[in-house]
Amino acid sequence: MAQLVCNNLSIGYEGVEIVSDLSFSVGSGDYLCILGENGSGKSTLMKTILGLHSPMRGSIETGEGLTQREIGYLPQQTQVQKDFPASVREIVVSGFQGRCGARPFYSKEEKRLALENMKRMGIDKLARRCYRELSGGQQQRVLLARALCATQKMLLLDEPVAGLDPKVTEEMYDLISELNKSGITIIMISHDVKAALRYADHILHIGGEIFFGTREEYLQSGLYTVKGAR
Amino acid sequence: MEAFEKLISYVQLPFVYHAIIVGVLIALCSSLLGVTLVLKRFSFIGDGLSHVAFGGVAIATVMNITNNMLVVMPVTVISAVLLLRTGKNAKIKGDAAVAMISVGALAVGYMLMKLFPASGNLTGDVCTTLFGSMSLITLSEFDMWVTVVLSVVVVLFFIFFYNKIFSVTFDEDFARATGTRAGLYNLLIAVIIAVIIVLAMNLVGSLLISALVIFPALSAMRVFKSFKSVTICSACLSVSCALIGMLTSIMFGTPTGSTIVVADIVAFAAFSLIGFIRRGFGR
Ligand SMILES: Nc1ncnc2c1ncn2[C@@H]1O[C@H](COP(=O)(O)OP(=O)(O)OP(=O)(O)O)[C@@H](O)[C@H]1O
Ligand SMILES: [Mg+2]
Repeated sequence: MAQLVCNNLSIGYEGVEIVSDLSFSVGSGDYLCILGENGSGKSTLMKTILGLHSPMRGSIETGEGLTQREIGYLPQQTQVQKDFPASVREIVVSGFQGRCGARPFYSKEEKRLALENMKRMGIDKLARRCYRELSGGQQQRVLLARALCATQKMLLLDEPVAGLDPKVTEEMYDLISELNKSGITIIMISHDVKAALRYADHILHIGGEIFFGTREEYLQSGLYTVKGAR
Repeated sequence: MEAFEKLISYVQLPFVYHAIIVGVLIALCSSLLGVTLVLKRFSFIGDGLSHVAFGGVAIATVMNITNNMLVVMPVTVISAVLLLRTGKNAKIKGDAAVAMISVGALAVGYMLMKLFPASGNLTGDVCTTLFGSMSLITLSEFDMWVTVVLSVVVVLFFIFFYNKIFSVTFDEDFARATGTRAGLYNLLIAVIIAVIIVLAMNLVGSLLISALVIFPALSAMRVFKSFKSVTICSACLSVSCALIGMLTSIMFGTPTGSTIVVADIVAFAAFSLIGFIRRGFGR
């Protein structure tokens, strides 16, 4: 069985379905990109996968030793508190909270791993800085480092490059791609079809026509040419 | 000088220094959850609860219950839990529910106190409940011990759940998604807020509670950048302002609650200035 399998999934709010009958699966080490217009339900799908929102019909199953709470998550930018007084270090280490259970404090090992993840994201020099005073790109790296603390298996990224300039966008994509090469499964929401085709090996398109398949299948399907013509 | 001598002689009286210790403890507790309250949009619940607590006091007064915390505490805690529930289901409805409950509690409370006056001095009673006691807090021995025990419990709770409160306040969705029991901690936070409000009501009265809870956190946020430093600073600030406020009120006979809040406002102005200057030089 794959790491994540969605069967005939229908998602929506208050009885109104936004996406119906969605079936796809994600294997270990895959890089899946979710495409679709604004409001097509991408973020909702992600929240449903994370268990923040219950599916209206169908099922979501995890396998290959992955449990639902081991999925790291990078929220769409607006959701994190903008004026929260918190240092980078405090935020990154909070990625371990989920596995603390009733334990009140973080262990030495967890603090060390947090530092390691900050180094990995190139933000260890910012450890004492205040989150709200960082640039958008730096903030995304902080949240990515936090997500890495929460998981070593699967990352869900909701528009990780929204609002970043081309150079920083490129760096972000490289960073994500490196994580993927180190064995972490990536599921990323993006509006950037070109980047999706460059980095991802699977594509899920929702809104209007539903498509799920490999990159090559997507290139051959009518969907891409329709998009490309616009 | 005369005022100072008065202060010295007063502070030596057991009931005065007991009151000061209790006041400091209350100020400490009330500052701890300030950041959470401000940033989690829980402040409206805090406001609503302080009115509920007023209603509770009115009921206790009418029923001639001397240990009025026995009535006020459960009423406020239950309201906190209910408000959190309704607030979660639908945001607009939640706001309306808070407004209804808080204004309703005020009206019913005042009516009850008017209909069944417990003492001859209705205006005095109402004023005390709204703005705190005229001089120092006057608690029965029982209430004093309850306050001390609860304050210690609140502080311990805060230390123990510090990291969880941070996670749930900073990014509830992330916390929930990665397995933190956010619902449970929200509930605990709401209960603790209710407890703090009931405690703080004795010190500054129900209308001024929000100031006691929110001002130290806001001041600290002007200058400090991490959650830990903001928390520590607002605790120190709140305790100092409470001390200064209480001592000033002894020396000059001003009402304790409002004097403390004025001290908090002065501190806020000072911290805003410091923050402003720092930012100016930083650039
Ligand atoms: N809490 C909510 N209650 C009701 N409807 C909602 C809620 N959140 C989103 N929706 C609706 O669900 C639909 C999908 O929203 P969603 O946020 O999943 O879109 P999206 O694909 O992520 O869009 P974007 O590209 O702009 O991020 C939208 O039509 C939106 O109006
Ligand atoms: Mg979205």
